[in-house]
Amino acid sequence: MTGPVQQPPTSAWSMYRAIVGIGALCGLLIVTVYQTTAARIRENQERFLAMAVAQVLPAARSTLGVALTEDGRLEKTGEEFALPIFLGYDASGKLVGAVITAEGMGYQDKIRVLYAYSFDLDAIVGFKVLDSKETPGLGDRIEKEPHFLANFEKLDATLTPGGDSLLHPIVTVKQGQKINPWELDGITGATITSEAIGNILNNSATTWAPVLERNAQDFAIVELTEEP
Amino acid sequence: MLGKEVSATDDFVKGLWRENPVFVQVLGMCPALAVSNTAINALTMGLATTFVLIMSGMSVSALRNFIPREARIVSYICIIASFVTAVDYVIMAISLELHRSLGAFIALIVVNCLILGRAEAFASKNTVSRATLDALGMGAGFTVALLWIGVVREILGSNSLFGIALFPDAFQTWTVMVLPSGGFFAMAMWLLLVNWLKNRQTESQAQTQELTP
Amino acid sequence: MSEASHWSIFINAALINNFVLAYFLGICPFFGVSAKLETAVRMGGAVSFVMLVASVCAYSINLLLEVINAPYLRIISYILVIASTVQLVEMLIRKLSPATFRAMGIYLPLITTNCAILGLALFQTNRGYGFTNAVVYALGAGAGFALALVLMAGVREKLDLANVPQLVKGTAAAFVVAGILSMSFMGFAGLGR
Repeated sequence: MTGPVQQPPTSAWSMYRAIVGIGALCGLLIVTVYQTTAARIRENQERFLAMAVAQVLPAARSTLGVALTEDGRLEKTGEEFALPIFLGYDASGKLVGAVITAEGMGYQDKIRVLYAYSFDLDAIVGFKVLDSKETPGLGDRIEKEPHFLANFEKLDATLTPGGDSLLHPIVTVKQGQKINPWELDGITGATITSEAIGNILNNSATTWAPVLERNAQDFAIVELTEEP
Repeated sequence: MLGKEVSATDDFVKGLWRENPVFVQVLGMCPALAVSNTAINALTMGLATTFVLIMSGMSVSALRNFIPREARIVSYICIIASFVTAVDYVIMAISLELHRSLGAFIALIVVNCLILGRAEAFASKNTVSRATLDALGMGAGFTVALLWIGVVREILGSNSLFGIALFPDAFQTWTVMVLPSGGFFAMAMWLLLVNWLKNRQTESQAQTQELTP
Repeated sequence: MSEASHWSIFINAALINNFVLAYFLGICPFFGVSAKLETAVRMGGAVSFVMLVASVCAYSINLLLEVINAPYLRIISYILVIASTVQLVEMLIRKLSPATFRAMGIYLPLITTNCAILGLALFQTNRGYGFTNAVVYALGAGAGFALALVLMAGVREKLDLANVPQLVKGTAAAFVVAGILSMSFMGFAGLGR
């Protein structure tokens, strides 16, 4: 410590030199790391999605990313795992279902879910929570409670004869009071969270199921390029 | 620093206990509480912070004659932010699940006052080797402290440790420990323990001084 | 997130997921300046204001980064812009209203290292908020931060008069109070639907 000695003012040149030099070094570092890890990160993301798909739509062997165009048609995006929606094909290349991500407000914060829609059954056949901050021990039971998950063996999502909406809206009922196939058997103690799931699925399926059914013909069979 | 010769071991050891960043200096609280709900999260956060501490400490110390006084804060922030971005991508490459559970808090290492504090107070005035040792010590102290909070919260809150179930059905888990308020309580508990230990230490020192005239 | 109303975003940021009590953001000023009610109110005001400015800045930077396709520059550009914004705001206030500047004093520069500001910028990007949603989110977060700070200061002023054991005094007691506050804020869950 030299004490409060008045230091000479720094020249503008050395300030520029320092800031530009450090900027260049930092830029170099960031870009190098980004380039080296990009491939691994992409691989991880694909593996994560493939695992999720295997859970909600076990019949699918390969997937095809699609996007909604402005005139209500589906279009191939070329990406294998494009969120928020992709189609699943079985080993022979036949369309078996669609995997859709949906989100909505839960008890604490936004809940993001992944669900599978089956063309054969006109029903939701798989469900997985991607992201939730629900109360541990109460709201997060939507991820583990067996009777709640049993809802998604076949949750009816039949369309109206006109084909532009759901015939019966998906609703959550009190635990043990499920009568109809389009009702979600709720969880006592996690009422609001299970109702939120019902709303999220209803909103999403009302939008997507008609679009999917309308376009299913165009995507019924896909030429298999590779066997995973 | 303290008016006496400081040895290399002291540079390292002081971060572990005497100047422990979390329990004594109460710095870097926000990650310490936010991601310490399980032991594994706490460990990852601690290691990531240690890495950024060491790398930024080394860079700041190596460049200390190159950086003019007026531009130092902005340079330090720049250096720290670059290393944090690097850590962010490396963790994403190692495990997406881990990255998900840590959320935005990896990015928030940038504003961890501990790192900027060490860069300003120590690394900018000392040689590279001493700065590295100091960063290593502070990082280790930070990691250990985080791990202790995480262990307490995971055992009481989820009845497990590092994801392995501990005492099946032995007790009803204290859900509150996993929730945000549990972080405050676990931290308060450790602070009390540290205070108590320190008080005892000074008392016993005072006694020995009285006994040896 | 289109169906979420502005009101629910506001309530969510201010009460349910309060930045201090649920996300632990901005803990340093929370404990540092909550000893007196008056300073707490000023700090709350200053942070809310900077949050609003930072939110707008972060929104525009993110647009720019998306255009040049450089997501890896996000952290570094956010922190640099926040640091410069704080400096700019400081200069502006000094020029326009020296009285306010004196009253805010050392709190303004301290805001740069307040993780709540960077946290706000990152969260609004992660959630993909549009412009109005981002502004509402920033307003809610600021209000929540100020509310937590003021509540804490009120409790701590009373606590000073109470007979607290020497060992617990200071930081440890403050953490227990924060824990209890955080627990009571959990009661707000479910409001923002």
